[in-house]
Amino acid sequence: MEIKLKLNGSNIVREIAPDLLLIDFLRDNKCFSVKRGCETSNCGLCTVLMDGTPILSCSLLAARADGHEIYTLEGLQEEASAFVGFLADQGTDQCGFCNPGFVMNTIALLRENPDPTDEEILQFLSGNLCRCSGYEGQLRGIRAFLDSREG
Amino acid sequence: MQRTPVNVAIDLGALGLDTIEETSEEFSIGAMVTLRQLEQHEGLNSYSDNAIKTAVQDIIGVQFRNMATIGGSIWGRFGFSDILTVFLAMDTYVELYKGGVISLREFSGMKYDNDILVRIIVKKKPCKVIYDAMRIQRTDYPVITCALSCIDGSYRAVIGARPGKAVVVEDTGILSEGITEDSAEAFASYVASNVRTSTNMRGSAAYRKHLIKGLTARNIMRIGGQI
Ligand SMILES: Cc1cc2nc3c(=O)[nH]c(=O)nc-3n(C[C@H](O)[C@H](O)[C@H](O)COP(=O)(O)OP(=O)(O)OC[C@H]3O[C@@H](n4cnc5c(N)ncnc54)[C@H](O)[C@@H]3O)c2cc1C
Ligand code: FES
Ligand code: FES
Repeated sequence: MEIKLKLNGSNIVREIAPDLLLIDFLRDNKCFSVKRGCETSNCGLCTVLMDGTPILSCSLLAARADGHEIYTLEGLQEEASAFVGFLADQGTDQCGFCNPGFVMNTIALLRENPDPTDEEILQFLSGNLCRCSGYEGQLRGIRAFLDSREG
Repeated sequence: MQRTPVNVAIDLGALGLDTIEETSEEFSIGAMVTLRQLEQHEGLNSYSDNAIKTAVQDIIGVQFRNMATIGGSIWGRFGFSDILTVFLAMDTYVELYKGGVISLREFSGMKYDNDILVRIIVKKKPCKVIYDAMRIQRTDYPVITCALSCIDGSYRAVIGARPGKAVVVEDTGILSEGITEDSAEAFASYVASNVRTSTNMRGSAAYRKHLIKGLTARNIMRIGGQI
């Protein structure tokens, strides 16, 4: 079947199998930031934005993206660059495998709620699992970014 | 997802069932409304004293709740369902394509068939609802779900994740003389003794009974404004 969508700002048309998962479609289209973790909706590693809304690309058929707009981290480098340095400063990541999904969901959080409380940050990002850290570094990094804007 | 054999797939996406309509009598929630829409709907949460928001907010993460639908959640009648539990606590009906409008309580006991769930209807009866669930960890499946409501003056407890599917226990008059610590304890014991629990990897049958008693007593005191 044929699908037409906007991927990271570019209109594309592709022939796909009806059972192709969005995660595989995106990786086939060179969006390697999209990671496969659990494949069962649990970990958030495969987070992308569909029409601006964060969703899990492991749990959506690529066919459902027909007519929609998808952004992966490849297309949101500038928006991410505003805060990722603050995460790095806190030594947030160890292996870094969870990072793209985490950054994508943080972008969604900050678009929806530019001035979240710590509890709102934890609540919004609770679907992004990290096997290496205890989440404290992520929270400190986002808090440092938010505080830097206020200063 | 890709590896699960599916005989027939029907896409309900283009039927306009992704909205919540509110009138003075009811909420009409299309089957394709997402859990995130439920969480963010002001009217529903004001009517349910934020019980709906509380019930969905620990279901995995925001990304998942942007995709999971109320139709799939209610149709599934899953044992662990926070959603079935909270909607059973209100005066809720389901509209089935072939089966028409029936109460959620009746639907929850029916066998799976090939009908299609079109919408969920919540009647705006005078109602107070409290929702609570016990999880070992945020975003995990619940060990027990526990809703308490007072609809038109009648109290009901709804207990799910027993780990079986949610069941309703109505008050038989234990609370008719008013809510006190004693009547709350008595009702909580009545609920615990009338709900069958069993053991799975998240908790034992006895632990679940203990939780039902504690959470129900506390919810009654909360609904009565005592805590
Ligand atoms: C990892 C994980 C953890 C979860 N944890 C929780 C939890 O803690 N608490 C909780 O309450 N829920 C939990 N859930 C369940 C979740 O909230 C949803 O209920 C579930 O994913 C089904 O929603 P869906 O929209 O994805 O439905 P689908 O998976 O699309 O559908 C589920 C079933 O219902 C059928 N169906 C869907 N819509 C209709 C309709 N309109 N008419 C007839 N049949 C229909 C489908 O054919 C399918 O058989 C969890 C799910 C997962 C994957
Ligand atoms: S790979 Fe999609 S949620 Fe884990
Ligand atoms: S840094 Fe390794 S999973 Fe998060």
